[in-house]
Parts: sequence; C-alpha cells; structure tokens
Amino acid sequence: MGKFMIRRTLYALVTLFILSLTIFTVVRLTGDPVTLLAEPGARAEDLDRVRTDWGLDRPWPVQYLAFAKNVFTGELGKSFNYQMPVSTLYFQRLPNSLELALAATLISFFIGIPAGIISAVRVNSGWDSFGKVVALLGLSIPGFWLGLVMILTFSVWLHWLPTSGQGDWRHLIMPAVALGWYFAASLLRLTRSSMLEVLRSEYVKLARLKGLPSYVVLAMHAFKNALIPVLTLAGVNLVVMVNAAVIIEVIFAWPGIGRLLYEGIFQRDFPLVQGVVMEAGIMIVVINLIVDILYAYIDPRIRLTK
Amino acid sequence: MVSNIDETRASAIVVVPREFASVPGRWAGWARQLPVLPLAILGPFILIALFADLIAPYDPTEPIPGAKIFEPPFWMEGGSTHAFLGTDFQSRDLLSRLIFGARVSLIVGVAGTLVAGSIGTALGIVAGYLGGWVDQVIMRVTDAWLALPALVFAIFLATMLGPSMWNIVIILGAVYWTRYARVIRGEVLSLREREFVKLAEIAGASRARVILRHILPNVLNSTMVLASLTIGVVIIAEASLSFLGVGVPPPEPAWGSMLADGRSMLMVGDWWLTIFPGLGILLVVLATQLLGDWLRVRLDPQLRNM
Repeated sequence: MGKFMIRRTLYALVTLFILSLTIFTVVRLTGDPVTLLAEPGARAEDLDRVRTDWGLDRPWPVQYLAFAKNVFTGELGKSFNYQMPVSTLYFQRLPNSLELALAATLISFFIGIPAGIISAVRVNSGWDSFGKVVALLGLSIPGFWLGLVMILTFSVWLHWLPTSGQGDWRHLIMPAVALGWYFAASLLRLTRSSMLEVLRSEYVKLARLKGLPSYVVLAMHAFKNALIPVLTLAGVNLVVMVNAAVIIEVIFAWPGIGRLLYEGIFQRDFPLVQGVVMEAGIMIVVINLIVDILYAYIDPRIRLTK
Repeated sequence: MVSNIDETRASAIVVVPREFASVPGRWAGWARQLPVLPLAILGPFILIALFADLIAPYDPTEPIPGAKIFEPPFWMEGGSTHAFLGTDFQSRDLLSRLIFGARVSLIVGVAGTLVAGSIGTALGIVAGYLGGWVDQVIMRVTDAWLALPALVFAIFLATMLGPSMWNIVIILGAVYWTRYARVIRGEVLSLREREFVKLAEIAGASRARVILRHILPNVLNSTMVLASLTIGVVIIAEASLSFLGVGVPPPEPAWGSMLADGRSMLMVGDWWLTIFPGLGILLVVLATQLLGDWLRVRLDPQLRNM
C-alpha cells in the first residue's frame, strides 16, 4: 500500500509539472504577454517598465523557476488588476462556487439516480427508453442555453425566480439546474450500467433465491454496491464543476471562480488567468489522487496491477 | 479512478477484425437500416451550410437597409416578411445569420474533430506501438492535459492565441485529442501482440509500414466511434467560447455569439434572439449523437445487444 501511494503521488507530481510547463509555455508561445497586459497603443518605455516589473525580461528558465516557486508556495502569482495573490482571490471565491456545485450535484442526483435505477430494473421497457431520451437530451442541450431559456421562462414571463445574483435558494435553483443538467445525463448512464452489472451478479441472485422481497434486494444488495462508482464520479465532477462553471456563473452573475476567470480574460489580467487555470489543474489532480488511493484501499487488486 | 470510468466506456469499443466487418451481404443490411432520423435532421443543416450564400436572403454581417433594430419575427406584431425571423441589435437579418451560423458550427465541429482525431490517433499509435520512454512521455502529457477541465483549457488557449475561426479549430483539436490517444493506445497494445502484426515484423516490414498497413486500419473504427462522440462536444465548446467572446469573432455569425448578443434583450422578452440559435445547436448536436449511436452499433457488434 505504501509503495502504491508513493508511486501514485509521484505520478501526480509529474502531471503537475507537465501542466505547469504547458501553461507557462502557452502564455509565452504567443509572443509577448506584455502586449496582453498593457493597453493597446502603450508607449515602448511603458511596455519595458511592465516587463521589468513582472520579471518578463529574464531568461525563460529563470522565469519558469519563479513561476514554479509561486505554484509551490501556493501563491500562484499576483493578479495584475487586483494587486493580490491569485490564490487569495481563488479561495475567496471558492465557497460560492462550492455552494453552486453542491446544489448542482444534488439536482443531478435527483434526476440521474432514480432514472438510472428504473432504466436498469425495467431494462428495455418504456422507462428505459425514457431514460435514454433524457440522457440524449442531457448531452445535446447546452447547459448555458438551458439557463437562458429558464431565465426567460421563470424570471421574465412567470416572475417566479430572480434572474441572477446570489442570495437565498431561489437564486440558486436555476444556475444549479443549468450546471447539473449535463452531469445528470452522465450520472443516469453510469447508474444504469452499474446497476445492470450488479443485478447480474451472484450475490443478487442468491438474495433473490433466499426469497427476499425484490425491494429489499434492490435497495440493500444491488443499489448499495452500484453506488460506489456513481459516488466516485460525483466527487470528481464536483471538483470539475467548482472550477469549470464559467458560462453558468457569467449568465447568472454568480460570484464564483468561473467568473473570476472570465474577469481575468476581459481585464487582460494574464497572471490571474494563468493562476486560476493552474489552481483548477491542481485541485483536479489532487482529487484524482485521493480517489485512486481510496480505491486501492478498498480493493487490494488495484494495488497489485501496474 | 476517473480514468477507469473513462476506460469502461472506452473498453466497450473493441476492434472489429476486418474479416467480420466485410461479410458479403452486409451492405444490404446497411442500406435497409440507414439512420433515417439523424440524417433527416442533419441533412438539411448540411445543405443549408453548403449553400448558405444561395439561401440566405441577406448578407449576415450587414444591416438590412431601412430595417429597424430588434424587429420581431413576421407573425408577431411589428414584424414584417422582409426579415422572416426578425433583426438583431444592428438590424441584421436573424435568418441569414442563423443560416451562416450553421456553416460556422459544422465547419468548426468537423474540422476540430478531425484535428483532435488525427493528433490523438497518431500519438496513441506511436505510444502503444513503440512503448518505452516514448510511451511514457506521451501518456504523461495526456494525463496532464486531461486534468484540466476541457472548457477551461480551451478558454485559456483562446485568450492567449486570440480569436479566429481557424484558431478555434486548432484549440479544440488541442484540447480534445487526449481521449483518442488513451483509447487508441490501449488498442494498439493488444494489436501489436496479434499474429498478423508479428508476421509482418518477421517478414521485415519497417515500423512505418507496420503502423500504416496493419495497425492504423484496425484502429480506424474506434477513431470513428470516438469522433462521433466528440463532434457534438466540439460544437457545444465552440458555441461556449463564442458566447464568452473568445471564439469566432464578430461580425462573423456564430450561434454562440448570437446567443450572447440576444442576452441583453432577454429581460424584455425578445425570446426569438435566444431560442432560434439555441435550437440550432440542440438539433445539430442531437443528430450527431444519434448518428454516433447508430455508428457504434454498426461498427461494434459487441455493443449491439446493449
């Protein structure tokens, strides 16, 4: 187990190294990041001053080391616009994004899990077809368009819900549905296939042979085991949603991490953009590492393979 | 473990030996079971995109002379038949912009998928066939790039590279090749142990020849199935980037930027500016998903019973 943890942690560190190198290179690949920072038509000496201020006149390897040090100390560089470390800004917004992502996860559970179970238990029935249609629409309707349509319907026409901003549950419901929509579909598919697999297993057959009522078999024997991959996916997706809800947060004026990134783009604040992207990568690498280790802990077979 | 969830879907894509794929008489079956619904939806969109110049009543980038801004569709009060679906904030014809928008979506969708598929398949084959440190390097980069949420990565690249339609194609190719590389590598690992590959090697075929004549044809099925899964994702990603203002730049009509333009009028209930471009995205993506399902069943007999 110890060996496995060390190997996985090393892999995660390599991943983070490549990620930081990628981000660093992309920013400099496209020419001079100073032109992104400065106003168009700035004077040459101003550009030089910005270059010196930001250490962009140093050789690339030196710049990379400075960047890596910033990542390592958790500061992630300083935002040009806010004059604050990117990590401070990131963690200020994190609770808001987390609130939205949790609500979205909850909504996707309400849609995805029951529909997935019914589709698996009544496989090839009308319910199953209905589940397929839901899954198909989940992948085909862009979440942000769904958000716009909901604003139109529930805020503009029916006046039931506020259009945007953060506040009580009424502010939360539309962005959560728009964000959770896509995930509900993938959750549905995973629950269905996971349930189908478990329902074919020997222990479920045995439970049925013992004469247990079918709802006990479904709830106690099948669902509990089918839930493991579902919860894993939910955990990883939560972290992704925290970091990637850019459009939904823009549409609903939700003060989260996605909007921070969006502001960074439009204020030409490349240290902010670079830092937020790096932080998102770190969070996802870490959650993947945790999941890997937990799985290896539960299932010894994983430790031994590769 | 996320990777494992990915792989369960991916592992369902099994290489179909060529001798099975070309059983005589199967073509009759193909003709009988044409994917009527997806083609019925997609066909008109393809025709519209191809002949946009002939069909569109107006230049999509120029105001209609004498028309007002935000005219409603012709059946509503204040609408007129010279602009069937109304006009936008620059009194441009919405219908013409929708028609040319189909061209943008389909070009970016197809070209982006081609770029992603080519890079991913090539790297997957090289990693799987050569093995060793080449494999290690390619797969570690794949892992690192997969760690970033696709949309966040795309936004980051688009911010740095600057907006243009062909930049978006390259960016989306660069973001989505990773899933191809993973799946194809896995297949090549088992293919290279197969007898026909071993025999070709013994017969003195060069590496390039083995790859091109023996490996590549056998992974193309999977590439096509993956492509059918990616194309809808790429179309939605393009719309998302354009919506955020880092995609296809104005005045070029992209459905995503049309949605962004219509947002300001959402609050007064001008629904047509939001509904029509969104329906365009929805229908095209839905059709590609259905086509993908059909293709998967055709190319992969193992999945037919699911």
